[in-house]
Amino acid sequence: MAGQRFAELHLDHVRRVFGDTVALKGMDLTIKGGEFVALLGPSGCGKSTALNCLAGLLPLTGGRITLDGRRIDDLPPEKRGFGMVFQNYALFPHMSVRRNVGFGLSMRKTPRAELTRRVDEAVRLVQLEEHQHKFPAQLSGGQQQRVAIARAIVLEPPLVLMDEPLSNLDAALRLEMRTEIRRLHQSLGLTTVYVTHDQEEALALADRLVVLRLGEVQQVGSPEEVYAHPVNRYVAGFMGYRNMIPVTVTAQDDERATVRADGVELVGVKSEEVADSAVAAVRPEDFAVVTEAGENTLDATVEIVEYHGREQAVEARLRDGTQLHVRTNSRLAPGDAIRLRVPVERVLVFS
Amino acid sequence: MTALPSLRDQRSLERASLKHRLAEKGVDRVLWLLVPGAVFVVLLFVYPFLYGLQLSFQPKGGGNPFQNYITFFSDEYSAETVWITLRLGLPAALFNVLASIPIAFRMRGRFRGKRALTTLLVVPITLGTVLTAEGLLAFFGPTGWFNRIWIALGADEPAKLTHNYWGVLFSLVITGFPFAFLLTLSYLSGIDPTLEQAAATLGASKRQRFRTITMPLLAPGLAVTFCLSFVLAFSVFPSAVMVGNPAGETHVMSIAAYETALRDNDFAMGSAIAMLMALVMLIVIGVVLIWRTTLYRGATGGKG
Repeated sequence: MAGQRFAELHLDHVRRVFGDTVALKGMDLTIKGGEFVALLGPSGCGKSTALNCLAGLLPLTGGRITLDGRRIDDLPPEKRGFGMVFQNYALFPHMSVRRNVGFGLSMRKTPRAELTRRVDEAVRLVQLEEHQHKFPAQLSGGQQQRVAIARAIVLEPPLVLMDEPLSNLDAALRLEMRTEIRRLHQSLGLTTVYVTHDQEEALALADRLVVLRLGEVQQVGSPEEVYAHPVNRYVAGFMGYRNMIPVTVTAQDDERATVRADGVELVGVKSEEVADSAVAAVRPEDFAVVTEAGENTLDATVEIVEYHGREQAVEARLRDGTQLHVRTNSRLAPGDAIRLRVPVERVLVFS
Repeated sequence: MTALPSLRDQRSLERASLKHRLAEKGVDRVLWLLVPGAVFVVLLFVYPFLYGLQLSFQPKGGGNPFQNYITFFSDEYSAETVWITLRLGLPAALFNVLASIPIAFRMRGRFRGKRALTTLLVVPITLGTVLTAEGLLAFFGPTGWFNRIWIALGADEPAKLTHNYWGVLFSLVITGFPFAFLLTLSYLSGIDPTLEQAAATLGASKRQRFRTITMPLLAPGLAVTFCLSFVLAFSVFPSAVMVGNPAGETHVMSIAAYETALRDNDFAMGSAIAMLMALVMLIVIGVVLIWRTTLYRGATGGKG
């Protein structure tokens, strides 16, 4: 089974307005055939709106969507032929697993023999052979999820849209299904647009991330780029926890900024022109507990220590009262005075 | 040293466990709240029904306990009421249910003026049969608006739409439709709209979505709606008198029962006719509900 490949899906200034609220403020995005793209953001950021616009379930307020140059935003969903996996799975409750999976094929009047063969294949692919004659209500959440995926991919759609498909599952199953989705993508090469609010999920699954906020694209990039080099303060805060230390900028050139925090000078990297009053974003695991004085060090007092197995999660406080979260292998105790060093390239200075 | 629990404590422990044991068997004090309702049903439904049932087996002249039933079916005039009533009740119920589907389907979403439209569709419930009948007489009568327009359009004589079968049917539709509509709307709102969206993304056209998703999930609800609409229409009485022809074309079972019991003072025979009415309704409902068991009746994934 392999999807009908396309070269390029292009969203050109796609806008969507609900009454007075602008859900999507002119989204530009190009998706290449075979890619796994995640739309990431908190609720209300417009990610599901974007997905529904792609599926044809919501008409656009403005802009256009083209597939290899052919305009598709004026087609109804049944004419686009994109597969969609819904958050609540939307399995047809009155049909068996097989009939659910074969629904799209029978709508297309696929000959019986071919329908049987393709349903067999899809059911096998998601490992539901022993449940294929059951009804959705008799299946567990993870199994329903597999049916929803099989139903969407059996048509070998050029594009698979997934709307937070893992959010209704428990933690263990979520990890298992995540791997499953990645495995299916790797083996079938179906172009996928995946909507989620979970940055870990997005990082794990996607080839490319689109971070959204209030209907606007903040950053588009590979998981590594977005994780390690966020372009602004919002993305930095959203992609995993970062300490936001208030600082005063004393000097800056094209790449670096020298800042004062807690009476100490720190050097960090920047991706935008920063104002005098800024924040330095540092991940808890980028701090190293050191003994000697040196460049880029901060003095702090340990307040709370949590044991997390191999490492400890430490809450420390700078002299000016700023709280810091630190993850370290060193064994510390509350009240310890510590010195923390952070590499220059791990101090991200944002306005 | 551990103190032994006092006798009193032990008793209170046992009392607590008795309540627990009862709860295990599904007995709950809250069930007492059902008593008023149960008494109400027994006094006002079960007793009168059973009284009528036994009365129907005691014909006025004595003799064969089934004599009333034999008389009913051997007299063509009374036997025909079964057919007359079915001929009114079945089409009225069927029309109300079928007409409510497309309207309810359109009324699901949010749109401007929805509340006003719903009110307009539901208002006939509040009118009462008598007012509806008067309106029908005025509107569809020989000199009513309808016939004036009808004549003006070139008809030779006024259409006869009152004091016959059609008048009663119109009346049943006007009063019965709001019930059918409200029920259908609530069943339809209970179907998760993402199911239709999912079907659309799988390539199903509007018509295919309606046929393969909406209709199968709605059908059990429609069966119930049909049964209720039918019961409502089958027991037609006032409109059969006022806009019908109660001695002939619309001599329905309820009129026959009323006349026998209160005009001819034959309560036993009247009861027998009432029992037969119940029997015919039960047969129709039974057939519909048996058909319903062949349908999918589980969750429809909705929030309503």
